[in-house]
Amino acid sequence: MNKVIITVVGKDTVGIIGKVCTYLAENQVNILDISQTIVQGFFNMMMIVDMENAAASFEAVASGLDEIGQEIGVSIKCQREEIFTKMHRI
Amino acid sequence: MINIYEVNETNKMIEQENLDVRTITLGISLLDCADGNLDAVNEKIYRKITSLAKNLVATGEEISRDYGIPIVNKRISVTPIALVGAAACRTPEDFVTIAKTLDRAAKEVGVNFIGGYSALVNKGMTTADRNLMLSIPQALAETERVCSSVNVGSTKTGLDMDAIRLMGEIVKKTAEATKEKDSLGCAKLVVFCNAPDDNPFMAGAFHGVTEADAIINVGVSGPGVVKTALEQARGENFEVLCETIKKIAFKITRVGQLVAQEASRRLGVPFGIIDLSLAPTPAIGDSVAEILEEIGLERVGAPGTTAALAMLNDQVKKGGIMASSYVGGLSGAFIPVSEDQGMIDAVAAGALTLEKLEAMTCVCSVGLDMIAIPGDTPDTTIAGIIADEAAIGMINQKTTAVRIIPVIGKTVGDTVEFGGLLGYAPVMPVNPYSCADFVTRGGRIPAPIHSFKN
Repeated sequence: MNKVIITVVGKDTVGIIGKVCTYLAENQVNILDISQTIVQGFFNMMMIVDMENAAASFEAVASGLDEIGQEIGVSIKCQREEIFTKMHRI
Repeated sequence: MINIYEVNETNKMIEQENLDVRTITLGISLLDCADGNLDAVNEKIYRKITSLAKNLVATGEEISRDYGIPIVNKRISVTPIALVGAAACRTPEDFVTIAKTLDRAAKEVGVNFIGGYSALVNKGMTTADRNLMLSIPQALAETERVCSSVNVGSTKTGLDMDAIRLMGEIVKKTAEATKEKDSLGCAKLVVFCNAPDDNPFMAGAFHGVTEADAIINVGVSGPGVVKTALEQARGENFEVLCETIKKIAFKITRVGQLVAQEASRRLGVPFGIIDLSLAPTPAIGDSVAEILEEIGLERVGAPGTTAALAMLNDQVKKGGIMASSYVGGLSGAFIPVSEDQGMIDAVAAGALTLEKLEAMTCVCSVGLDMIAIPGDTPDTTIAGIIADEAAIGMINQKTTAVRIIPVIGKTVGDTVEFGGLLGYAPVMPVNPYSCADFVTRGGRIPAPIHSFKN
């Protein structure tokens, strides 16, 4: 497993999840978990994905998602899972 | 599995509260570069640094991208040059050639500072030590990225007052040599007592002789994160306050530990230590002074400041120590004046004086740091300030340091702009009475007794 956390934050609009998921599927990135909330009117989504068998490198996927984010006007961040597990789990 | 709230908490720390890893510092031993021939020493030093550190900056950027955490500085520390150059350097000018080699190597690998233009003279100075110390003003004036430090005392050996007197002169001469740039050279010169061998933070970083050939040391930061966490603990008692600081220090340090392990793995260099320090920057919300004010002081420097700082420093260590497998370096809250907006404001408001800062250094790392004083301060007075600070370190078995800038041509009421992370500072008044007869006596202050502590 090569777990990566994708966060999407921005103004809510139609098709955010669809666009992100399509891009991930095209790159053979497997989605393990999705959670979503609306915080103060802002769309806030987190995905846990597995990039073990991804067709592209971490950097390529991260910059691809960044471009999609800019197209639809939201911020999409891609981070390896360890920064969160190290900080929040003993 | 990690949940959305935890992810948001971490990203909020990074995006809004200035959480970052302040530095990845690669320590490199240059002991095997010693040679009787000066050209050969310079050549070996350049080759060793540029080969070991060639991937340092790129690796730091890669880690930063993978985890989404800024890594502000990538730096290098080397073996004290007084030791490396001892066999080859006959004059201070010979040592300056090594400073220039270090500068060239730093530029080649893309690091913004290289530390270790240093001498360890806790008990006495060799000819090489003295020559290196005499070369510091020229070395710092003619290089851009080289940082220098001199250790003038320790708890085990006492204080070398001859070295302290000399450093009073050297600080002043460095200020003169760099007067066109507001005496900036002094911002790259630290005088230590009990200097640690594994400090990753500039300007005082050097790679101690007891260290391995190469090592990765990481300095974490995050005053803004602590301040924000404490906003939730307003009005609560000390138990709640301390718990809050410990928890947040743990989280910050875990990030540092992750980055250190990754850097070590990717560079193939062993992991040394994490330095658990709250290192402020001039950015708003990245201030140790603001934490102290959040704890309940109207301004830093008010009565209670020393107690608040002691508590903060101790809780940061208690929280951080469990988060890292090896802790070292300076580890504590830094209180540089020019690099901390809250400190600058407190000085400008008349709340914070040199004497109160000295008291604060008794309970935290590291010492009188980035303090601008009038350019006409006598060098014996600067030596006296160094002696006071070193005495605090010697008696209390802790690291203390002085990084003080006598700004040539400026006086109390003026402001000095150093730029970037070094910030700006109001020139602070110094006690006008002389200590010349004291610091010019010559010799050493003996090591202190280790019992009958009162």
